[in-house]
Amino acid sequence: MSTVATKPRLKTSAMIASIAGEGQRTRPAPFGNALVALAQHRPEIVGMSADLAKYTDMHIFAQAFPERFFQMGMAEQLLMGAAGGMAKEGYIPFATTYAVFAARRAYDFIHQVIAEENLNVKIACALPGLTTGYGPSHQATEDLAIFRGMPNLTIIDPCDAVDVEQAVPAMAAHNGPVYMRLPRGQVPVVLDEYNYTFELGKAQLLRDGKDALIISSGFMTMRALETVEKLRSDSVDVGVLHVPTIKPLDEETIVREAGRSGRLVIVAENHSIVGGLGEAVAGVLLRAGVTPPFRQIALPDAFLDAGALPTLHDKYGISTVAMIQSIKGWLN
Amino acid sequence: MTDKLSELADCAYRIRRYALRMGEVQGQGYIGQALGMAEILAVAYGHALKLRPDDPEWEGRDRFLLSHGHYAIAFYAALIEAGIVPEEELETYGGDDSRLPMSGMATYTPGMEISGGSLGQGLPIAVGMALGLRQKGNPAFVYNCMSDGELDEGSTWEAAMSASHFQLANLITLVDVNNQQADGQSTKVLGFEPLVDKWAAFGWHVQRISGNDLPAVLAAFDKARNLAQPRPRVILFDTKMGKGVPFLEAREKNHFMQVAAAEWQHAIELLDAAHAARS
Repeated sequence: MSTVATKPRLKTSAMIASIAGEGQRTRPAPFGNALVALAQHRPEIVGMSADLAKYTDMHIFAQAFPERFFQMGMAEQLLMGAAGGMAKEGYIPFATTYAVFAARRAYDFIHQVIAEENLNVKIACALPGLTTGYGPSHQATEDLAIFRGMPNLTIIDPCDAVDVEQAVPAMAAHNGPVYMRLPRGQVPVVLDEYNYTFELGKAQLLRDGKDALIISSGFMTMRALETVEKLRSDSVDVGVLHVPTIKPLDEETIVREAGRSGRLVIVAENHSIVGGLGEAVAGVLLRAGVTPPFRQIALPDAFLDAGALPTLHDKYGISTVAMIQSIKGWLN
Repeated sequence: MTDKLSELADCAYRIRRYALRMGEVQGQGYIGQALGMAEILAVAYGHALKLRPDDPEWEGRDRFLLSHGHYAIAFYAALIEAGIVPEEELETYGGDDSRLPMSGMATYTPGMEISGGSLGQGLPIAVGMALGLRQKGNPAFVYNCMSDGELDEGSTWEAAMSASHFQLANLITLVDVNNQQADGQSTKVLGFEPLVDKWAAFGWHVQRISGNDLPAVLAAFDKARNLAQPRPRVILFDTKMGKGVPFLEAREKNHFMQVAAAEWQHAIELLDAAHAARS
């Protein structure tokens, strides 16, 4: 997707923009719908939001269970503190806001109130990485770097609607806090073609390839799969290892796949090059004594521009077109 | 003095004494605050709170949140008084492997509801617990005990607005207004007055009393608990740091008080003498 060649006037992507390509299969609000389905038989699940229910698909839950939804106002510290309080009373709160506000504003509340006591709060945050053109105020380009250092916190970066739908019950089944990067609205459906099932803490090889291996999370797995298809027609054979759980990382699978000789290893993520999946994988490999040729496709360590998402994804190297170019260059 | 007040005065005396003994163990501590809050804790643990000392996690208990975790020395004294922590354990205060760390943490101490100390977090947690209790139909109260310094934190006011929005009549906030924080007098660090007007404007039922006036403290707790209005309640306690030990009361820099080794015993003697004279 992301065919950006001819478009003289792309508009700034709104917060509700979908990352789905033209004609791509999508499903609406997979998070909200999965949460409603789960909550039918899990009365301890409650929903909370900081004035962003509509923009995190939490409104679906709020409509289905108005008496179990708590609107906390535009107050993210309160949201996380109160979610911790609800969890202490035996509930499983799903708390939503944008990733920037959870990671940057409410960090200490998640750290001290929720993670330190290993409370059962599930945090689902929209606009992860570069998924809005609104500029740094809304672009959570370092949320994984921020959260990876927090003990007890499980971190999920799902690829598509399939991943999200299966991650929601897994989050509830896990005892302890979870942070999920949330694709919302019309969310692409991709992984149903790959005999894939989400398993918390597990990476899965979606495609094998002998020339290179892309290790990816979030929608970059979707881009990686598109990239691989296009490279295949140029007789370049690249595999894709999807890593939906950033923490705890599936070190065994990563070391095994990256350790197979003769392949370039590329980590692709919708995140700053600092402190995300790429550096996590690099650390795992170095510690294991596995040192393949290694490259990263990631956002620069910079405050990113505002504008239209396709333009920005091209500019910062995370569009399919840009990925193909990078990988061809590295393999030549 | 009625029997009840006399009993609570004894309780406040013992809380002060336990706190001084813990201070002596470590040679330091937030002893000024502990002495200043003894009447409040005596009424809470000797009168107001529904508790089962042998079952600190009893579902029907009133929840008492120590938002200012550094006041733990005072709180442990109250837990000893309540029979939740054995008296001999105070010898371990602040030591390795102790259940009584210098700053209060839920994972360490029975009866400690939250890990306080990152100031301004107690009231947001209390809002969540009060919502949860109401959702469950559990009539218990949530008490959030906090320092006046925490009034500087924005999250306190986020939660204050929220408690009123949700009409949390099961939430009682206790503010220790001792007018001292790390960098000096609270009112000079960041002026927070007029406090009664502020809390009232946020929709709370407000009482402001002397926190060292035992009959007034008792009456304020009873009023807050028995109020029919569907509003959260706050009691602003003006307290005297170091209360009960004259040479500590007289200290100006008393947020984290330096007390010489020999002074701890002297402080306990003065406290005992005053108590003996009263009885």
